[in-house]
Amino acid sequence: MTVNDIKNYLEATVLCGEELLSHEVHTACGCDMMSDVLAFVKDQSVLLTGLCNPQVIRTAEMMDIVCVVFVRGKVPDQSVIELACERGIVLLSSKMGMFKACGILYEKGLRGGVNS
Amino acid sequence: MTDTIKLKYIVSPDDFTRAGEASSDVKGKLKKMGIPPEIVRKVAIAMYEGEINMVIHANGGTIDVEITPSEITMVLADTGPGIKDIEQAMQEGFSTAPDNVRSLGFGAGMGLPNMKKYSDEMDIQTQIGVGTTVTMKVYIK
Ligand SMILES: Nc1ncnc2c1ncn2[C@@H]1O[C@H](COP(=O)(O)OP(=O)(O)OP(=O)(O)O)[C@@H](O)[C@H]1O
Ligand SMILES: [Mg+2]
Repeated sequence: MTVNDIKNYLEATVLCGEELLSHEVHTACGCDMMSDVLAFVKDQSVLLTGLCNPQVIRTAEMMDIVCVVFVRGKVPDQSVIELACERGIVLLSSKMGMFKACGILYEKGLRGGVNS
Repeated sequence: MTDTIKLKYIVSPDDFTRAGEASSDVKGKLKKMGIPPEIVRKVAIAMYEGEINMVIHANGGTIDVEITPSEITMVLADTGPGIKDIEQAMQEGFSTAPDNVRSLGFGAGMGLPNMKKYSDEMDIQTQIGVGTTVTMKVYIK
């Protein structure tokens, strides 16, 4: 699945990283606790979250996460978007809630990034 | 790469927005040096968790990073409140983080266990009212 597929499935808008939409995503994680993300997420993941602070981008950066989806229509501050831009992370915003967004991606064949 | 490279960072207190800048810088430098990505990732995650802990639990501090051909050593030193019971703090899920920290996505009690998991050696020296120094090593295999 590519980031562009995710964008289409979740009817999301692109906040930054338009040029990176062809990147492959192997796993997904829906999470609002960053330390859980840091504990369990695997390579080339997409992170779905309801949090909008800069540490979401930092966490994504440390984990080499390729794309962050903000659920429930959230849009972070411009400074957060710029940070993601600099780090080459695609940001999407979807009107869907966490449960629905995760459910759709699961149905389309994406699986969790947890190490077990 | 035969020389030892030394880096020093000051982690400012109570600036949650900037927490992670040091780890980000180290990650970028290691990548540029051609260190294998899985090693870079271990260092980045372990250091980032430590850096966040310094900001949310200990009023900031300093981080010294030493890179040799065989290993990367990170020393995170703060003059915060210290850790009362290290064994308890090391358990997954144990956290004293207040609600405002939790609402920012931290305080799951996973940081120290993560640091242990992603580093090859970890040592914590702490004294109540004096501070905490966490030393972590990641081997370059
Ligand atoms: N540098 C430090 N100074 C003082 N206390 C600390 C320090 N680092 C950790 N602690 C204590 O150890 C506990 C556990 O730390 P740990 O990093 O595992 O979890 P957390 O920071 O509370 O949550 P998370 O890391 O999941 O966001 C903390 O809640 C805090 O009480
Ligand atoms: Mg922590």
